[in-house]
Amino acid sequence: MSSVTDVAPIAATRTPEGEPRKPRKPRSGALLGLAAWLIGFLFVVPVLWMVLTSFHSEEAAATNPPSLLAPLTLEGYREFFGVGTGANPWPSLLNSLTASVVSTIIVLLLAIPAAYALSIKPVRKWTDVMFFFLSTRMLPIVAGLLPIYLFAQWSGLLDNIWLLIVLYTAMNLPIAVWMMRSFLAEVPVEILEAAAMDGAGLLLTLRQVVAPIILPGIAATSLICFIFSWNELLLARTLTGTVAGTAPVYLTGFVTSQGLFLAQVCAAAFVVSLPVLIAGFAAQDKLVQGLSLGAVK
Amino acid sequence: MHTHVRPALAVAMTTGLVVGVSGCAGWGGGPAGGGADTINVLMVNNPQMVDLQQLTAEHFTAETGISVNFTVLPENDVRDKISQEFSSQAGQYDVATLSNFEIPIYARSEWIAPLDDYVEADTEFDQDDVLGPLTASLSGDDGKLYGEPFYGESSFLMYRKDVLDAAGVEMPANPTWDEVAGIAAEVDGAEPGMAGICLRGQPGWGQVFAPLTTVVNTFGGTWFTEDWEAQVDSDRFREAVRFYVDLVREHGETGAPQAGFTECLNNMIQGNAAMWYDATSAAGSLESADSPVRGKMGYVAAPVVETDSSGWLYAWSWSIQQASQKKDAAWEFISWASGRDYEELVGEELGWSRVPAGKRASTYSNPDYLEEAGAFAQPTLEAIQAADPNDPGVQPRPAPGIQFIGIPEFPDLATQVSQDVSSAIAGRMTVEEVLDRGQQLAEDVAERYRERDSG
Repeated sequence: MSSVTDVAPIAATRTPEGEPRKPRKPRSGALLGLAAWLIGFLFVVPVLWMVLTSFHSEEAAATNPPSLLAPLTLEGYREFFGVGTGANPWPSLLNSLTASVVSTIIVLLLAIPAAYALSIKPVRKWTDVMFFFLSTRMLPIVAGLLPIYLFAQWSGLLDNIWLLIVLYTAMNLPIAVWMMRSFLAEVPVEILEAAAMDGAGLLLTLRQVVAPIILPGIAATSLICFIFSWNELLLARTLTGTVAGTAPVYLTGFVTSQGLFLAQVCAAAFVVSLPVLIAGFAAQDKLVQGLSLGAVK
Repeated sequence: MHTHVRPALAVAMTTGLVVGVSGCAGWGGGPAGGGADTINVLMVNNPQMVDLQQLTAEHFTAETGISVNFTVLPENDVRDKISQEFSSQAGQYDVATLSNFEIPIYARSEWIAPLDDYVEADTEFDQDDVLGPLTASLSGDDGKLYGEPFYGESSFLMYRKDVLDAAGVEMPANPTWDEVAGIAAEVDGAEPGMAGICLRGQPGWGQVFAPLTTVVNTFGGTWFTEDWEAQVDSDRFREAVRFYVDLVREHGETGAPQAGFTECLNNMIQGNAAMWYDATSAAGSLESADSPVRGKMGYVAAPVVETDSSGWLYAWSWSIQQASQKKDAAWEFISWASGRDYEELVGEELGWSRVPAGKRASTYSNPDYLEEAGAFAQPTLEAIQAADPNDPGVQPRPAPGIQFIGIPEFPDLATQVSQDVSSAIAGRMTVEEVLDRGQQLAEDVAERYRERDSG
């Protein structure tokens, strides 16, 4: 849900600064800036609305037309953190964190060597390999859901966070390989040749020469993988139960067909999207370079 | 040559990781996870269940030593998850909330365990106190009991006494739909923005087709005859749907094609509707302490045409998965949650308006409950007792159910037809088009059953 809204404003607001190549007249620059801010704002409005609603009472949240100036309350957040209701969001938040972080690390460990073998020292028929990676994403996950469920039941992995980690890794690996390949492809061969000339081995070259150049790319890739894993609902809802349930599953639990729930769900959605927002802001500099500039200027 | 070395390296790394990962896979719980004294419960997120979750640790676990892990999901999600879990007998959950729609179907497939032996051994539970229509509707074809109700509901007509009085209209005790349509016309616009009546129009077999099927029943219509002939384009079905669509279009709420239970509840609370035909359980929300319409509401039996009564019957109930390894502990939980003492507990701890009512006769002679729920207690009890899932209309039926037909195909069938009904309410389709298409869909289902019966 937040994958578009979280990333887009950051990229959008920086677009004018990111294209310094042709000199522009000041007026058109200002107009473009205004347009960028406007589009950015449009992307953020639903999120702001969600945050505002989360601080309203259920009754105020349900009124039509919506009331902007309703009194603020922390009721929704109290409900989310289970004050007095016996519900506890922490296990599901921790499960989400485990699944997202561990799967992202595994994805990076696998994707970077794979991307290296597809760009800097390409294997034979590397375009076929790239296509093969991408083709694993062409089957909608829902089509594989039943076999996965039956396999999980047969192997005793139902409601086990490690099953999600493996699935999230498989889900994100093709994207990560594609992204990392494009970043690695932009590393100038001359730098690598210079390193080889100075007698640097493969590992030293990777660590000292390649890594610093592609760091923004790694940041962007890991954030994307983290966001996809963090927000994943379909697999988590189907394959987890009482132990390994993730935050999005816990979040949907606030929806009810009897009674009001908008404020609670907004509060829950805001808390659940916080880690992604924080990760996004923390990596903002690297991210903007990674997403808008490519590896090298 | 280099190109051969690196894939080998990558393969080695991959293998190492996979081995490492699967080596750690003991984390988390597999099927029947948790200790011997822990049960897993999968339940729908309705307010009564949230209350239960709140009270469990302090009262149930403290007394019995059995701890309970809850998974709470919205209605559609929980249905998906339960059917997935129970059809594969995965054994992750010991207890789940099922309704009287699923229980006979699940019982036939032997996905849920019969409860008769537990009921017999549990002298405190008092099955005879549970309202007769509920016990009947939670039993399987084999006559065994497969579920215990948590709370039950029928449907009735709720109306604003003050608005009707001001308009000089009197509500009969057992109104007909014609009378209700007449009253709706008179009180429509009685206050600014007030609709004559609120009726569900939102697509979904459990949304618009819950009230609408009861209207069809009392108009003399039915989805299927006893020997599986589809009747959706019959005159009586047509007349009922046309009546419902016309009534909601002429005197119904704004945004009717999207209005479900929650929207109508909001409309009543905010004074945007003078009448509402819906679940008896809505009355608790209308009469809650912070409701602006508290004390202004009147309640009468579901409107009728050709039948004596027309209210539906629905009960969220507890069932035990056949694959559960902890059936004894599961029954202890059910016995507590559906027991009389639990109602007392909720009444004392959280207030009597929040009691999961509508399932036990004793609730309706409890002075504490009647003090809080006096306005709607008797109409609710009468509505539930008058409901007969085996004979809800004017003709014999092939499967039990009032606002639904107790076959697994019904949700899909009724949801498809309901989308067209919503379009008719929105004015984008005629009732004739809706029912012609509905007849084809129903005939597909009927044909399957005819073949099964003859083969």
